[in-house]
Amino acid sequence: MLTEFFQYLFSGITVGATYAMAALGFTLIYNASNVINFAQGEFIMLGGMLAVLFTQAGLPLPVAVLLAVVVPTLVGVLVEKSVIEPVKGADTVNIIIITIGASLVIRGLVQVTLGKNARALPAFSGEAPVTLLGAVLPSQSLWVIGVTALVVAGLWFFFNRTMGGKAMLATAINRTAAQLVGINTAWVLTLSFALSAGLGALGGVLVTPITLTAYDAGIMLGLKGFVAAVVGGLGNGMGALVGGLLVGVLEAMGAGYLSSAYKDAVPFVLILLILFFMPRGLFSAKTTERV
Amino acid sequence: MRDPRHLGLAVLAAVLAVLPFVLPNSFYLDLAIRMAINAIVVLGLNLLIGFAGQISFGHAGFLGIGAYASAVLPTHYGVHPMLALGAGAAAAGALAAAVSYPIFKLKGHYLAMATLGLGIILNIAFRNEAALTGGPDGMPVPSLELFSFTLSSDRDWYWVVAALLVVSVWASLNLIDSPFGRALRALHGSEVASKVVGVDIARYKMAIFVMSAVFASIMGSITAHYVGFVTPTVSEFFHSIELVTMVVVGGMASVFGSLVGAVLLTALPQILATFEGWETVAFGAILILFMIVLPRGLVPTLAARLGKGG
Repeated sequence: MLTEFFQYLFSGITVGATYAMAALGFTLIYNASNVINFAQGEFIMLGGMLAVLFTQAGLPLPVAVLLAVVVPTLVGVLVEKSVIEPVKGADTVNIIIITIGASLVIRGLVQVTLGKNARALPAFSGEAPVTLLGAVLPSQSLWVIGVTALVVAGLWFFFNRTMGGKAMLATAINRTAAQLVGINTAWVLTLSFALSAGLGALGGVLVTPITLTAYDAGIMLGLKGFVAAVVGGLGNGMGALVGGLLVGVLEAMGAGYLSSAYKDAVPFVLILLILFFMPRGLFSAKTTERV
Repeated sequence: MRDPRHLGLAVLAAVLAVLPFVLPNSFYLDLAIRMAINAIVVLGLNLLIGFAGQISFGHAGFLGIGAYASAVLPTHYGVHPMLALGAGAAAAGALAAAVSYPIFKLKGHYLAMATLGLGIILNIAFRNEAALTGGPDGMPVPSLELFSFTLSSDRDWYWVVAALLVVSVWASLNLIDSPFGRALRALHGSEVASKVVGVDIARYKMAIFVMSAVFASIMGSITAHYVGFVTPTVSEFFHSIELVTMVVVGGMASVFGSLVGAVLLTALPQILATFEGWETVAFGAILILFMIVLPRGLVPTLAARLGKGG
């Protein structure tokens, strides 16, 4: 009984860590521009697919992983510079559709160049499972959870202790005021796209040895990341992290105890319940509404 | 013709009346029927996006409710197809009201999130309840009878759908000119100002959302009867995206923009099919280009140009 529970809990935390990184990505871009970036899921997919591609090309794992994070980060910057910046000040709906267009282009290019097959990536430290509180986990789970913890610590440091991070926070709170004190808000937007693409890709690289990946894997992952971001209260970094883990764990519990066919529905049922009963998310933002 | 919009309605009716006689073959007739069906859904969605300023990323879910009501109720429970259509529309409207009730008190993207979730849950349910819906493979839909007259040929369908389109455009134009429409336009201009003059914002937004959901459900039923088969793809997330795109490409808050957007984006996949494998890339690139070059949509942009005398 308890073993089963821990089994679901740990596998939920593992997947939830990926959702959390995607949710952090949504949060970063939302705070910088009030836009929901529907291309977020494609960066997760891109990270996984490129890691497979680079390891199969014979690159050592650390190099392949590094490249699989750096390339999507550059793609993120490219997307921002080429199609988001030119429409600055446009309606939010328009920018959302642009991000959907960008996601179609990325997904389509991967489909054309790498094919439609599902791809596997070897686990970072062997396929031997780890036993924890009676639950049997793939060793890759520890990589996912450990790296996510490091990333969160790194982001905390960035936002609280560095000029760049504080500039991003200031822009999120009040763009005009940020501009008035000399913050380059255009640069903040570029940085937020780079960071969120990088975070998404890293999550994708880490989780691929457990879940496999394919050209269309980004759609669901991205949408669940979006759910996680809203669960925690859109725009709230801590909320995104907790939201991601919560979505992952509930999904795993739902699949284990209720019905595996409806596993993918769990996050969306959760978000409807939350919107109904606590409409501003579990951790409502302290800032006033943006007008 | 008092104003250009009613002139537009007359032109639309004339074009629809002539169209079946000039279309070269049944392929184009079928395309025209699907364009008209999409146009009616987009009209409803455009009222929501253009006037209430809210996005729905789950409208395909409402189409799915209508389509499956028309497939499941007559097949498994012997319900008359017209009653099934009505039941679907009522269910879609009730669901829309229930979901949106707490949300319209908030600003921002929460309706987008809720509708997206709702659409995906519906899609998963249609896929998984195989005993009722046939699962991922779908199920056949019995033909539609209107007072002992059974709709079967594409020609019949064309006239029904064309008539529905003209009525929908006429109703939309009148709605926009009604007190309700004026309240909606005030909402579009400034929420704060309309609140000050006594417009109950949340109630108006909810009314328009419920209406657009009912539109979508009815057209889902019509599509299911017309095609004679329904699969879960009708309710897919991507279909919802396509519908929103039609609104934005044609022009937000523009009745005729809805028609243009629906016509263009229904035709686009047919044209892109020649690009073998590159359709997705091309579709994405065209969306981006459109948003950069014509951010206000085709019809409002052209109208502004012509208005300047250019």
